Amino acid sequence: MRAVVGIILLAVVAVGIGLALAEVPFGAPKTEVGGYYLEHGREETGAANAVTSVVVGYRAFDTLGEVTVLFVAALGLGAVLTAAGAKTGRRDVQPASLVLRSGAKLLFPLIILFGVYVFAHGHLTPGGGFQGGAVIASAFLLLYLGDRNRRISKARRTATESLSGIAFVVIGLLGLSVGGHYLMNFMPKGTLNTLLSAGIIPLIYVAIGFKVGAELAGVIDDLVKETA
Amino acid sequence: MIVIASVLVVVMLAAAVAALIFRDLLSAVIASCVVSLIASLLFFFLQAPDVAMAEASIGAALVTAVFVIALRRTNRYEE
Amino acid sequence: MSFLSDYAYYIGAFGLVLIGLLVVLSKHNLIKVIIGLSIFDTGINLFLVSVGYLRKGTAPIFSRPGMDAGGMVDPVPQALVLTAIVIGVAVLALALGLAVRLYREYGTLDLRKMRELKW
Repeated sequence: MRAVVGIILLAVVAVGIGLALAEVPFGAPKTEVGGYYLEHGREETGAANAVTSVVVGYRAFDTLGEVTVLFVAALGLGAVLTAAGAKTGRRDVQPASLVLRSGAKLLFPLIILFGVYVFAHGHLTPGGGFQGGAVIASAFLLLYLGDRNRRISKARRTATESLSGIAFVVIGLLGLSVGGHYLMNFMPKGTLNTLLSAGIIPLIYVAIGFKVGAELAGVIDDLVKETA
Repeated sequence: MIVIASVLVVVMLAAAVAALIFRDLLSAVIASCVVSLIASLLFFFLQAPDVAMAEASIGAALVTAVFVIALRRTNRYEE
Repeated sequence: MSFLSDYAYYIGAFGLVLIGLLVVLSKHNLIKVIIGLSIFDTGINLFLVSVGYLRKGTAPIFSRPGMDAGGMVDPVPQALVLTAIVIGVAVLALALGLAVRLYREYGTLDLRKMRELKW
C-alpha cells in the first residue's frame, strides 16, 4: 500500500517537473531584473562582482535573514546535543600519525589566511563571506583531525560569532541613521576593482565571514564533543 | 564541452543511485559527497564561479564531515 | 546532439530530484533519509542555476573596468542559490544532531520502530 502511494507520488512529481522544464528554454534570456542589476550595479554599489552586489547590495536584508537562520540552526544543535547524558570524558584513542599531526599544525594558519583572503576580496573576485567562512571552518576541522582531544576555547568562539553578528546589524543601523533606509550604502564607493571600494560591502562580508566560520566550527565542535 | 558535461551528468546520476542502493552508510555518504563535487563542477560549467566555490567548500567538505562525525555515534550499517 | 546540448543539465537536475525523493520515500534508516534530503537539495540548486544560464554567456564579474554587461549570465539565480546552499547545510546539521539524540533515546535509527511519541 505504501509502495503504491509512493510510486504514484513520484510519477505525479516527475510529470509535473517534466512539463515545467519543457516550458523553460535553456539558454534564452528570461528576466529583466538581472539585466538591470548588471547594467546599473557598478554605479550604484561599486562592486565588480555582480553576484556580490546583488547579495550584499540590493538584497542585503535577505542576507541578514539567512545569517539569522544559520544562527538559529547552530543554536538548536547546541541545545539538542548538550542535554543530560552527554559524555564529555576523554577516551583513549590511538593518536594520529606524525604526518597528520605536524601537517595539521603547519597548514592551520595558512588555511585561515586563505579564508580571510577569500572573504576580503568578495567584491572583486568570486568568493565572499560564506565561502571564506566555510574555508575557516574546515581549517578547524583539520585541527580536530590532527589531535582528537583538542578543543577550541568556547568563550573566544562565541565572542567572535556574537560580535560579528552585532557588527552586521550595527552597520545597517548606521545606514539607517545616516541616510534613509536600513543597510544603506553610506560609505564612499571608491574606484572600481580596488580593494577599498564598494562602500560597506567589504565590511559586511568581513563580518559575515567571521560569523559563519565561527558558527560552522561551533557546529563541528558540538558534534565532536558529543561523540567523544 | 557539452560532451564532457553529459558524461559528468551520467556519473553524477550513477553516484546518486549508488547512494540509494548501498547498505553501508559510510559508502552512501561518500557517494553523496561525489554528487556534490560533480555538481560543483557543473556549476562552474554554467558560468557560476561563486556558487561553485560555495558548493565545493560547504556541500562537499563540511556536510560530509558532519555526516561522518554523526555516523560514529550511531550504527554504521543500515538496519 | 542538439537535444543533449539543450537539456543535459535539466536531465541531471531532474534525475537528482527524483532519486532524492525516492530515497526519502522508501528508506527506513533515518540517516539514509537525511542523505536523500541532501541529494534533493543539490538537484534543486542545480536546476535554479541552469535556468539562469545564457548561451555563450560569461561569468557576471567585471574583471576589467569598462567590460560590456551584455553577454553575461543572470546574477539573480546565483545569489538565490548561494543563500539556499548555506541554509541547506544548516538544516542538515540540525537534522543530524536530532538523529544522534534520537539514537541515544531509542537505541535504534529505524523509523518503523519510532512510532510512539512518549511524553
